[in-house]
Amino acid sequence: MVYKIWMSVVKEFLLLKRDLGGLIILFVMPLVLVIAVTLIQDSTFKAVTDSKIQILLVDKDKGSVSKTVFENLEKSKYFTVVTQIDNKPITEEIAKENVYKGKFQLAIVIPENLSSDLQAKVEQNVEKIVINLGLTDSTATAEPQRVIKEKEVKLYFDPAVQMSFKNAVMSSIDKMISQIETKSIYATFQKQLGEETIDFEQKNFITFKEIIPRINNKEVRPNSVQHNVPAWTLFAIFFIVIPLSINIVKEKSQGTFVRLRTNPVSNLIVIIGKTITYSIICMIQFYMMVAVAVFLFPSIGLPSLNIEGHFFLTSVVALFSGFAAIGFGILLGTVASTQEQSAPFGATSVIILAAIGGVWVPVFAMPTIMQYIAKSSPMNWGLEAFYDVLLRNVSFLEIIPRITLLFLFFIITTSIALFYDKKKRAV
Amino acid sequence: MYSLNNVSLNINEGQIFGLLGPNGAGKTTLISMLCGLVKPTSGHFTIDGLDYQHHSSKIKKIIGVVPQEYALYPTLTARENLLYFGSMYGLKGSDLKEKVIEALDLLGLLKFADKQVQTFSGGMKRRVNLIAGILHKPKVLFLDEPTVGVDVHSKTAIIDYLKALNQDGTTIIYTSHHLAEAEDFCTQIAILDQGQIYAQDTPSALIEATKEARNLEDVFISLTGKALRDGL
Repeated sequence: MVYKIWMSVVKEFLLLKRDLGGLIILFVMPLVLVIAVTLIQDSTFKAVTDSKIQILLVDKDKGSVSKTVFENLEKSKYFTVVTQIDNKPITEEIAKENVYKGKFQLAIVIPENLSSDLQAKVEQNVEKIVINLGLTDSTATAEPQRVIKEKEVKLYFDPAVQMSFKNAVMSSIDKMISQIETKSIYATFQKQLGEETIDFEQKNFITFKEIIPRINNKEVRPNSVQHNVPAWTLFAIFFIVIPLSINIVKEKSQGTFVRLRTNPVSNLIVIIGKTITYSIICMIQFYMMVAVAVFLFPSIGLPSLNIEGHFFLTSVVALFSGFAAIGFGILLGTVASTQEQSAPFGATSVIILAAIGGVWVPVFAMPTIMQYIAKSSPMNWGLEAFYDVLLRNVSFLEIIPRITLLFLFFIITTSIALFYDKKKRAV
Repeated sequence: MYSLNNVSLNINEGQIFGLLGPNGAGKTTLISMLCGLVKPTSGHFTIDGLDYQHHSSKIKKIIGVVPQEYALYPTLTARENLLYFGSMYGLKGSDLKEKVIEALDLLGLLKFADKQVQTFSGGMKRRVNLIAGILHKPKVLFLDEPTVGVDVHSKTAIIDYLKALNQDGTTIIYTSHHLAEAEDFCTQIAILDQGQIYAQDTPSALIEATKEARNLEDVFISLTGKALRDGL
């Protein structure tokens, strides 16, 4: 039996060795994928980004507020302010047109008299408070107050920009305007109280600080690599479903499967041979991805994957994820009659599993119903197990539930394939 | 409607038994049943006193099967294919390697042993296909159209090899459309049509028993008629 399994493994490796397309799918595409995706997504994780987003600023105010907005934006790590196009000042119409055509992602229009009206409004409010507190000359006749209309800072977004970017920009502009208002209120109070020499503390009283988890007394700061390498490695591991299912379908169409059915060898031995071969391939894929993330990434400006102390546990997770993928591939190859059925179905189902498993969108950001569905995806079990090891620094015992689920998935899918095959076998 | 109906056969050890019949007669279905690939809806058969229901793995060890299609891995070499399929019959090590070399040599393929099967001609593929089914020296060999689509030289090599195998004690059960080949090759013949056996005897006895028949082809036409048998 052992010799039969060994010969099956040798045969599978020889078949793969001579299948250039299959080798590219198995080894080259995952590397290209992980490098490309990590490079693209890196900026969203980076604390400091090299590429700043250009935004248009239309200043109708010409006052202190617009000046502060301009200065704060210029000081920002993320934006460069553009106030002129072709050496001409930007009007609201020009800004709108450029943004809606996608030439710029954002335009900010500061309304006329914003600074003066803000100052007037604050003064009116402060004056009311001061009078109510009896801090002014009570005999003085109060002048009727002018009505000041609310002001609106207009934002134009390129329709193609993502909601997360819009929300982030709106939130930071909102914060900036709040700070300007607060400063203005403080200044007016000082003026009204005639205490212009008093220096109010205008720094934020409440601040926040992110506490980074520490492993071996070293901060483990999540970055694009720590997130992307496990996610896309898992995606690549699951893509093994395509060559594996094609391999099984080919055996059926070439007649070798029929020959094997007449040989004194059980289908279980054939499946064990395939499982061993493709598990080795999964591990090679995994170690290639890790090697690229550790050694190549720093030379192309990406953070290096921090796998120190996690090598064994991540290998275990990769192996069990591989089992789950192999089980799925065996089932698909057994049920499908043609390559035209197995290849597109395999590719599409892996993409669906990745999507619901949280490879693209984190599970916590999904609607409630999708969160439940996500938890039933083997890709999610694998991904969470990788994150547990790499980012949450858990022990082997703590990943046992997730890797057990992955192994159960392999056992169930393989059993269904064996049962299906037995039902189809004649005698 | 059944592919086979009321078929009763007794094939003795050491025979070369030919199953002949027009397209759709049920030859491949019958041979597939005997090889354990198709389950009969009713009825019973034994091979060397064993039935599939209870002794499936024992039967599979003593039979060899050469399917009609080239049941080989095209990107593996002839040697790699044969080492793999030989190992599935329990052969291993130097014994397996020697048997592969011997069979390749006997069928004139030794110098192509390390070429990928996909580069072979139809005749060469047929010969490798044959070797893959006989490496373990089976007691009973099933052949489904073993010479279809091959040139005269390959056909002669295959038939000669099978005769030698039969001389060594292998019982051969074979289907074919080549009536002249069957007449020369088989010791016993059954003519099958519409799922039933119309006649069964030695080739010479069948010719003698049919009025005005000069060869097996005349017997065949006499029993099955001249109508075309195309069908889906």
